[in-house]
Amino acid sequence: MSDLAWEHLSNQAIGAAGVVYFLALLAHLVEWSALRTVPVKAASRTSVAAGGVPPVVEERGDAATDEATRFRVDMFGRLALMLTVIGCAAQLVALVARGMAADPNRVPWGNMYEFTITGSFVMVAGYLLLRKRFGLDWMGPIVTAMVLVLLMIAVLWLYTPVEPLSEALNSPWLVIHVMSAIIATGAFTLGGITSALYLVRARAEKRGAAADRGYVARLPSLPTLDRVSYRIHAFAFPVWTFAVLISGPIWAHQAWSSYWNWDPKEVCAFITWVVYAAYLHARATAGWRGRNAAILALVGVATLWFNFIGINYFSTTSQHSYASGASAVSLRDR
Amino acid sequence: MTTDRRAGELTAWELVRWTWRQLTSMRTALVLLLLLALGAIPGSVIPQSGVDALKTQNWQDAHPTLTPIYEKLGLFSVYHSAWFAAIYLLLTVSLVGCIIPRLFVYWRGYRKQPPPAPRNLTRLPDHAAYTTAEEPDVVLHRAARQLSRGNRVDTGDGWVSAERGQLREAGNLLFHLSVLIVLVGFGIGSLFGYKGGVILVVGNGFSNTLTQYDDFAPGSLFDAGKMEPFCFTVHDFSVDWISSGPRQGMARGFQAPLTYRTSCEGPRSTWSPEQSYDLRVNHPLTIGGTQIFLIGHGYAPVITVRDAQGNKLYDGPTVFLPESSNFESFGVIKAPGRTPGHDLALQGLFYPTFALVNGDPVNVMGDDRNPTISMLAYTGDLGLSNGVPQSVYALQKAGMTQLKKPNGKMFRVDLQPGETVQLPDGKGSVTFHGVKHWTRLQISRTPDVWITLLGVVLALVGLLGSLFIRPRRVWVRARRHDGATLVEVAALDRSGGGDLTPVLSSVVDSLQDGGQGAPAPAEEVRRTEEETRA
Ligand code: HEM
Repeated sequence: MSDLAWEHLSNQAIGAAGVVYFLALLAHLVEWSALRTVPVKAASRTSVAAGGVPPVVEERGDAATDEATRFRVDMFGRLALMLTVIGCAAQLVALVARGMAADPNRVPWGNMYEFTITGSFVMVAGYLLLRKRFGLDWMGPIVTAMVLVLLMIAVLWLYTPVEPLSEALNSPWLVIHVMSAIIATGAFTLGGITSALYLVRARAEKRGAAADRGYVARLPSLPTLDRVSYRIHAFAFPVWTFAVLISGPIWAHQAWSSYWNWDPKEVCAFITWVVYAAYLHARATAGWRGRNAAILALVGVATLWFNFIGINYFSTTSQHSYASGASAVSLRDR
Repeated sequence: MTTDRRAGELTAWELVRWTWRQLTSMRTALVLLLLLALGAIPGSVIPQSGVDALKTQNWQDAHPTLTPIYEKLGLFSVYHSAWFAAIYLLLTVSLVGCIIPRLFVYWRGYRKQPPPAPRNLTRLPDHAAYTTAEEPDVVLHRAARQLSRGNRVDTGDGWVSAERGQLREAGNLLFHLSVLIVLVGFGIGSLFGYKGGVILVVGNGFSNTLTQYDDFAPGSLFDAGKMEPFCFTVHDFSVDWISSGPRQGMARGFQAPLTYRTSCEGPRSTWSPEQSYDLRVNHPLTIGGTQIFLIGHGYAPVITVRDAQGNKLYDGPTVFLPESSNFESFGVIKAPGRTPGHDLALQGLFYPTFALVNGDPVNVMGDDRNPTISMLAYTGDLGLSNGVPQSVYALQKAGMTQLKKPNGKMFRVDLQPGETVQLPDGKGSVTFHGVKHWTRLQISRTPDVWITLLGVVLALVGLLGSLFIRPRRVWVRARRHDGATLVEVAALDRSGGGDLTPVLSSVVDSLQDGGQGAPAPAEEVRRTEEETRA
């Protein structure tokens, strides 16, 4: 296959993934709107660890509607999951093809478009992998909506044709550094979603409005949400540490002659790191557990994405300019 | 009086203790971490003079009212400002004050037996219970045996206590200690190290002494006497220009072959042997503890300037600074005359690939396919003799007048390689011979960087231990109750990240399965978490 054909394949696969995710989102919406009509009965809720949007038994309702609703919920839930898997596979194809389209072949992490499609892929893959273990089915609608938005942003605003790597990026450290950064970004984003839902649920409970119907009522309990968030962050934090404070400086030293230069991107990555360290602390500090910790996790995600998108567009002093095609070796005159 | 004084002493002492306790509390650590994050923000949005002096200057010029305020607050140099230092010093003190007592506690507690089972296990949030026909001792014996896998176990009258995961605390301590190691390493590196830059025209040599650097940024405790005595010569520079595709015009494959000697001290015969190296991006040359990086390149047109009598006033390659990514470059040539007031100067542009598009001069790309200079010429007094240092990249026009054509029109030195132009009024001539490359090299030394590296690696190891080891206690109590044996099991997760429901059920299951014969049916197994919530 020619490079051009690979590039076309990649673009088409991204398009396909977008369509499939959209269908998955629709299926989730049908699933959850069917669930809306049935109240949650606490006793019927299996442990969240066992996974799954629990089948719902209605005490007083007539059995026939109940049966039909349960069937609908079940069927659309499964359909949505299957579509998400397909979308994820299509995205993987797109990534591989993107790498094959470059000459010489390379990892598909050379610019913001590629970074975004890889990061959202990691997020979906993480959701699919952890779904069973942590019982994350209730995240389905949010993850599919999120990946859809990210892919749209990538295609509409960030798209760049396949191009060779600029010189400073051309290093084995690209694979190591960028891969760990992307994995951490995907995981932090998942953790941000669970933390946001924690806040939503906490608010609803406080208002006494934790109705027995609807999406919020079907979220896992607050302790479970908190625990799942913690586990995801506890995974992402060491990966981020490795990306930002170990592999990053080593590579920066090779490419730009200095381990740490207080370059805006470095500063922002450091801020993200400190905020997440504060999140981990908050979980062990009286008065900061729960709500405040969740807020810190959201601040962390905000700095993370600001770093990725904001710094590239607003700061011109950053040497990490994926955004521009400027040659890496140029004169920084003084 | 004595009592008064004692009371006063006590309060003072208490005040100190109170302050210390506050400073080393988790809450303060958290607040300081957040302050650190906040304090770092200006550095990522306001240009920093230490990172990009030019950009900072431009910003300051554009914001005349804000600049003095920002300057007072140290916002152009956040990481050297007093308030930023205050935050991280407090954090360091807090860290030391937090870690050291915990080290002792950990040291003493490590060998201790796990604590006895609480009296009432059902008070714990995670517990389960069942009844069986077996004797309590049999159940407890089995519990001790089964729990001894991976746990430290202690037994007592009617209870078994098991604990695992003490290494989590060790990991946590290692992590926090390593943060200190990193700080020390970082400090040493920036105090004793240096960073310097030099622009070398291909063919020129460099020896590692202060005077040879164009810019030099030493750490505060840097000792010039410790600079390594190497020298090197850049022999060539090559670059691949991409001539098609989306990144057409982009440059790649920068390569600067050079030869170097690790020691060029004393007479030539004692110099160390010559070695060669292909300097490339991402492949710095290491000589001893110093590293040399290729970080930039550009063009140096070779130009000869002659005066009216034909004397060579200036001859050689001149570094022109690129003004854009297509290497349209700006440069100045200063040619002091034989007699005062007869200096000559040129100032203008170099086009690597010149083209006329609709009558306008355009630079097509960075490769030197059609090198051309287009400069203005000046005559007069350069002001070089008055002792005030001047930048080689800027022309002081105060004592100079621009040369015009006899008809008063603008005169330009527009030349291609090999061409010569006569200046108006018989002032002399300019010859453009051709063009050479220059390379910009960064030379830096970061002593003892291994300390920092060791610190971050240890920190990561500690972090992994701290985040993934789950400290957990499991207790089993068994007693006769209403003619049967009531077995109670409770578990406590001390990391706050574990889900105890499966742990409890597996302990209960294996206790029941392990019974001889058919176990009595479990009457009551309570998983409380979901239930209490509901
Ligand atoms: C340089 C500043 C600091 C950084 C970057 C930092 C970072 C971290 C991180 C990432 C964790 C979570 C991982 C783990 O459990 O080991 C943590 C936990 C912890 N830190 Fe710090 N820390 C700092 C300062 C402090 C200080 C000053 C204290 C003392 C008050 C402290 C006390 C603790 C404690 C007790 C834990 C365990 C929390 C738990 O059990 O989950 N830290 N720290």
